[in-house]
Amino acid sequence: MTASSSSVVSARKLGLTFETNDGPVHALSDVDLEVRKGDFVSFIGPSGCGKTTFLRVIADLEKATAGEISVNGMTPEEARKSRSYGYVFQAPALYPWRTIEKNIALPLEIMGHSAEERRRRIERTLDLVNLTGFGKKYPWQLSGGMQQRASIARALAFDADLLLMDEPFGALDEIVRDHLNAQLLKLWARTEKTICFVTHSIPEAVYLSTKIVVMSPRPGRVTDVIESTLPAERPLEIRETPEFLEIAHRVREGLRAGHSYEE
Amino acid sequence: MKRLQHNWQPLLAGVITAIAAARLPLTLPEAANPVQGGMMIALVLLAAVTLMLTLEGPIPRAAVLFVGAHLPAGLLLAGLSGNEGQMSTAFFLMIAASWLLAWACVSELSQIEPRSTAASWFLRLLIPAIFGAWILVIWEAATRGAGIPFILLPPPSAIAARIAGSLPILWADVRQTIFKAVLIGYVIGCAAGFVVAILADRFAFLRRGLIPVGNMVSALPIIGVAPIMVMWFGFDWQSKAAVVIIMTFFPMLVNTVAGLSAAGSMERDLMRSYASDYWQTLVKLRLPAAMPFIFNALKINSTLALIGAIVAEFFGTPIVGMGFRISTEIGRMNVDMVWAEIAVAALIGSVFYGVVALAERATTFWHPSIRGG
Repeated sequence: MTASSSSVVSARKLGLTFETNDGPVHALSDVDLEVRKGDFVSFIGPSGCGKTTFLRVIADLEKATAGEISVNGMTPEEARKSRSYGYVFQAPALYPWRTIEKNIALPLEIMGHSAEERRRRIERTLDLVNLTGFGKKYPWQLSGGMQQRASIARALAFDADLLLMDEPFGALDEIVRDHLNAQLLKLWARTEKTICFVTHSIPEAVYLSTKIVVMSPRPGRVTDVIESTLPAERPLEIRETPEFLEIAHRVREGLRAGHSYEE
Repeated sequence: MKRLQHNWQPLLAGVITAIAAARLPLTLPEAANPVQGGMMIALVLLAAVTLMLTLEGPIPRAAVLFVGAHLPAGLLLAGLSGNEGQMSTAFFLMIAASWLLAWACVSELSQIEPRSTAASWFLRLLIPAIFGAWILVIWEAATRGAGIPFILLPPPSAIAARIAGSLPILWADVRQTIFKAVLIGYVIGCAAGFVVAILADRFAFLRRGLIPVGNMVSALPIIGVAPIMVMWFGFDWQSKAAVVIIMTFFPMLVNTVAGLSAAGSMERDLMRSYASDYWQTLVKLRLPAAMPFIFNALKINSTLALIGAIVAEFFGTPIVGMGFRISTEIGRMNVDMVWAEIAVAALIGSVFYGVVALAERATTFWHPSIRGG
């Protein structure tokens, strides 16, 4: 692997083709990308651009058919088997027969942590996502936003350095989403994790990221990589500043360029 | 008008009672034991109707209707003794009137919104109890009042008397059929179906090969299988348990296999992201997700097992067992004993189903169908 030691995800000429009844579908082609330790990288693009597929390749939930990718210097499969990432899905995917704390305990049980250790970690991660006191509730007794926070707590519980988030707030309303975005930034600052975040919202991508990867569909590929110039400390009001709007403008230009290529 | 619509049962009951009162007495002229109190019963019915219409709120109305329906019904049934087949139209009209009041009583009770859980439990038992009691009342009044031959349909009172008089025989039959054949067959059949479903899930060749064959086994007619099982395993309960195993195995197998694929792809991906192995995923995700399916099979099997064991006993048993009793007593024209066995089987079947359903509520409390939305 050519990736430097601080590189968490490194993709070279990565491609993925699904064989379907209607012929091959090129979900990803020629993707080159470096994610460094501590980055907050957003993947943005219209649906079908392969952003979720790319995340799933990192997570070893899909296999690339071309090129190479390394995660923490390993193949994705080795990385998955050494439990090096936490994955947050589009829906909370909490198990309805388990309470919130038992849901957070799920990965810890699978990874063989002791009961004492599990209790300690549940307490800590519930606090990280501001859900202290809700541990004994069942998922279906909580609001959608709280459920998604619980699923983030579950992904944080086993201390993987890499957090993969696939449109985690896509199903929530804008007010809850703003709130969760601000919380996520605080959490990122506190835990110093590397986060890969898939979204289709430009403001969300610009507000959260240190690096924005703009993608375009058919075949899924990277059209632009934008390094954010925003400061690390980001109150919600930063979204009104010229600097923010300029980055948002560049993202929009990148999306438009990818789109016109298609037509 | 709305009030009329709401109260049509008691109003109709009043009209029917008035017609009946004009056609007294309750017995035909040739009756052996003529009944006199007809006018008094009619007055009780009319009093209940009048009082109920003046009251407000479901609880007092239901209370009046409860007494106004059941007191006359009791008196009417008491008047039957010695007069089998010799009751007049007035008798049947008054039974109909009390039944209408009982109907009104149940619809009033259904409108009560209980505040405490105890009251809610009481109501949930009372309403079906009134329903069931009235099936028996009408059955009793029709069979004895109209003199339906005993052999066609014995009255419930005769069946109850037969049950009370034959407790040792019934208990011996229950022990033979339920506690040996049904329970043992049910446990083995369900457990085997479950284990084979897990194996079929783990090994593709079993899934492809065994499930179609299992499908064929489930299509075997029980009437054909039962005598063969008696040949193989002898006259005692073992052959009946074998029939029950054959009947319960397949529903459990199919439901468990279907249930194991009930977990969503996102939940599976989650387990994969934890590098969870096959057994961890099975125990922590797929089996809990399959529970509603597994309980469906357990409920279906609770009734199938009872049917299987009773029918299998028609093909040879030692001289004890519910199926044996039914087949021999019907030959001796002792239909009350047949009905007694049917009643016991129905009671045990309901208890069996109820226990499984309670276990289901406790286990799959999280499922939308149980937690309600």
